[in-house]
Amino acid sequence: MDLPQNVPPVVPTETDVVIIGAGPVGLFAVFELGLLDIKCHLIDILDKIGGQCAELYPEKPIYDIPGLPVVTGQELTDRLLEQIKPFNPTFHLNERVDELTKQADGRFVLKTDVGREFLCKVVVIGAGGGSFTPKRPPLEGIEAYEGSSVHYSVRRMDDFRGKDVLIVGGGDSALDWTLSLQPIAQSLTLLHRRDDFRAAPHSVEKMRELVAAGQMRLMIGQMTSMDGCEGKLEGVTIKTKEGEERIAINAVLPFFGLTMKLGPIANWGLNLEENLIPVDTEKFETSERGIFAIGDINTYPGKLKLILSGFHEAALMAQQAHRYIYPDKKLLFQYTTSSSNLQKKLGVK
Amino acid sequence: MAKITFIQPDGTSQIVEATVGQTVMEVAKLANVPGIEAECGGACACATCHVYVAEGWRDKSGAPSEMEEDMLDFAFDVREESRLGCQIKVTEDLDGLVVQVPAKQF
Repeated sequence: MDLPQNVPPVVPTETDVVIIGAGPVGLFAVFELGLLDIKCHLIDILDKIGGQCAELYPEKPIYDIPGLPVVTGQELTDRLLEQIKPFNPTFHLNERVDELTKQADGRFVLKTDVGREFLCKVVVIGAGGGSFTPKRPPLEGIEAYEGSSVHYSVRRMDDFRGKDVLIVGGGDSALDWTLSLQPIAQSLTLLHRRDDFRAAPHSVEKMRELVAAGQMRLMIGQMTSMDGCEGKLEGVTIKTKEGEERIAINAVLPFFGLTMKLGPIANWGLNLEENLIPVDTEKFETSERGIFAIGDINTYPGKLKLILSGFHEAALMAQQAHRYIYPDKKLLFQYTTSSSNLQKKLGVK
Repeated sequence: MAKITFIQPDGTSQIVEATVGQTVMEVAKLANVPGIEAECGGACACATCHVYVAEGWRDKSGAPSEMEEDMLDFAFDVREESRLGCQIKVTEDLDGLVVQVPAKQF
């Protein structure tokens, strides 16, 4: 067997705790664990920290965080980041945990979609509503073309060289890829449901220049069907104000935003109830010893999907995590207000 | 109080009592109207409470805001009568409102 060259062997990153999900609850878990001298790595599928707060409502107000009468999703994320700074957590963004297994010694091995491995004593699932995944337009038979002709992201630009490309959407992803792929595509069509774009004005302007120069086409309308054979797309039918038109297309990039799906978590052998992870209300531990679930992803009698509930869950989870990570150390309950020991960890003393 | 009629893609309909100040999405969720998902819980952040406002009600229910238009970009089969249920506030004027639930939320 030929082994690939220049591929370093996977050396797992060892840490106390891996937190899956860098939303507000995952971030606060770093704080609670940090006070107990527990080191964390966080893994998130998004390209930014903050989970739903940063992705869905960065500029929208939240009114039910204790002590903060009004705070936006982004501000809350920024404040949590400031609060956990003394504990220096490591973030792995744009990365999804695909596999979680237990070793004979009781430690956990996590494998991500980019081939990274982690070895840790405790896993905290703070994955909210699940992994953010691109929305799939509900066109009949679209699945058959996914991966071959329909792509939800651009992995290699060269895959689009010489193709008849259709990009659908009106945000930055749609416009940025329009501008990047137009020079290498055989033909490029941008389709949006209205002649008004959310994307940055300068990219919209550039796109309009290309349209005016006859180098690409802009259509205002929506896709209604796809046709092709054996997984190879040949055409897309588009409904516009003038009626339906079929255009010859062999690559489509739909950009309809993100939706949340439970994803690989479903395959880890944990008990699930309607895509949520049942936990106890003392430690917020799952059916598997050493794996905890906190925040929107868990369920228990009386559960409320509130950020503040997730904060409470993080604090109690940390107590049990401490027992697993430092089995011989006695846990002394202390207040940050009065404990010089905790204040030293926070860097305020 | 106001009555709102939700029409399903198969033509069946359901009349629901609404309180002034609620949103059409909240009314639908409380009455378990099928086809209104409201994944984000009403933050105008997901487009899964997409509805079509029936002919004759569009002036009273108003036009979508710019933020709502942006969000409608993420809905499927958007038409002139498209709105997000979470952005239509029930008023006395909307007593009798008829909305159609789309075939798919995505």
